[in-house]
Amino acid sequence: MDTNKRKELKVSAIRNGTVIDHIPAANTFQVIKILGLEESENQIYIGNHLESKKYGTKGIIKISQKYFKKDEISKIALVAPSATLIEIKDYEVTNKSKVETPSYIEKIVKCFNPKCVTNNQHIETRFRVITDHHGKMKLKCHYCEKTMGQDNIEFL
Amino acid sequence: MINLKNRSLISITDYNKEEILRVLEIAEDFERDQRQQILNKYVIASLFFEPSTRTRLSFESAVQFLGGSIIGFASADTSSVRKGESLKDTILTVSNYSDLIVMRNPLDGSARFASEVSPVPIINAGDGANQHPTQCLLDLYSIKKTQGTLENIHIALVGDLKYGRTVHSLVQALSLFNATFHLVSPESLKLPSAVKTYIKNAGLEYYQYTDLSEVIPLADIIYMTRVQGERFPDPLEYEKVKNAYILENSMLANSKESMKILHPLPRVNEISEDVDDNPKAYYFQQAKNGVYVRQALIAAILGLK
Repeated sequence: MDTNKRKELKVSAIRNGTVIDHIPAANTFQVIKILGLEESENQIYIGNHLESKKYGTKGIIKISQKYFKKDEISKIALVAPSATLIEIKDYEVTNKSKVETPSYIEKIVKCFNPKCVTNNQHIETRFRVITDHHGKMKLKCHYCEKTMGQDNIEFL
Repeated sequence: MINLKNRSLISITDYNKEEILRVLEIAEDFERDQRQQILNKYVIASLFFEPSTRTRLSFESAVQFLGGSIIGFASADTSSVRKGESLKDTILTVSNYSDLIVMRNPLDGSARFASEVSPVPIINAGDGANQHPTQCLLDLYSIKKTQGTLENIHIALVGDLKYGRTVHSLVQALSLFNATFHLVSPESLKLPSAVKTYIKNAGLEYYQYTDLSEVIPLADIIYMTRVQGERFPDPLEYEKVKNAYILENSMLANSKESMKILHPLPRVNEISEDVDDNPKAYYFQQAKNGVYVRQALIAAILGLK
């Protein structure tokens, strides 16, 4: 019980809002950026490099008074496919789900190909999310048709 | 129901098997009679933002044989792009003056973008290192004409399989027709894994070689390519591989009787001139087929065939 209590205290509980758990520690701040939380005026608690039985270390973000739409949250699947989404109402968990990888990504990622038309004209980027023959997630540019791996993902 | 009317052609994968065969069938009709006056009330725009000899002239000749008019430019220097006009503005403007736009542009993906903003259909005549679907269609036409079919072909693709966009498109198209791919390239110019995945997903086989002579007796088609210096980030790498494969007449002795040699042209030295007189050399006829195929596409997209 005591151990559990101490664990709880590492990041404060929230009364109403969303908890994003099991973020790979290296990508916690990227998730914050993708969700635009830097601009948010809600109360936000961030924990990083916390112990995780499953992943070694993890990040956790708790956002008060905020619930995400499905397409909003699916963006973070690019950097945190293992993340769990927990919705809290009056300190109770009302919904718990895995982040779903979207099939299409718009606007948020830059194409890694410098000769792509999206890097040379005012055009919003579009990518199809595909899986290669090794089972790895890749993004295929709608315009230049080049495929990039997770290592090449750069957010706009 | 096959309907190509008002549909842009940006990538060869925009067409399914039946649609590809339909274009080739119309092309046969134009090979029989190249001067059908069906475009005499039409204006085609030919926008070449980077220089091209073969593709531009063959499109323009395709239109003129059919009695159509051509407007446009042959390099970005002679257009308002030089003044900083965006691609979107150029396309929207030119679409007011024409029924169809043929475009070559050095930026990858520019043709797809143009087709999304243009009220008239776009034919991609090459977007950077990405796609060149009309080259692919004329390659397919040449294969079908010389082999009698597109099904079950053993094709040897030779040279720059990494940067060569014609190779990538041809692999995608022939994957619809149960081809077997023999891939001959230096280690540094192998076919990209995304294209290999395409072959695997189609349930087909590919074999990789570094020695050209091994594949000569197996092939129905030998598709030679130029190692394109301009695509190499490092000039030293180019120097290492530029003369990797040179096909000479003496090497063809044990090839199949019906085998034909294709090349998207221009060639530098990868096919020795002593091959030109061999009846198996088909690359100049292949370039001629480009006119019929482009006539067929224009006619189909304008709903005239």
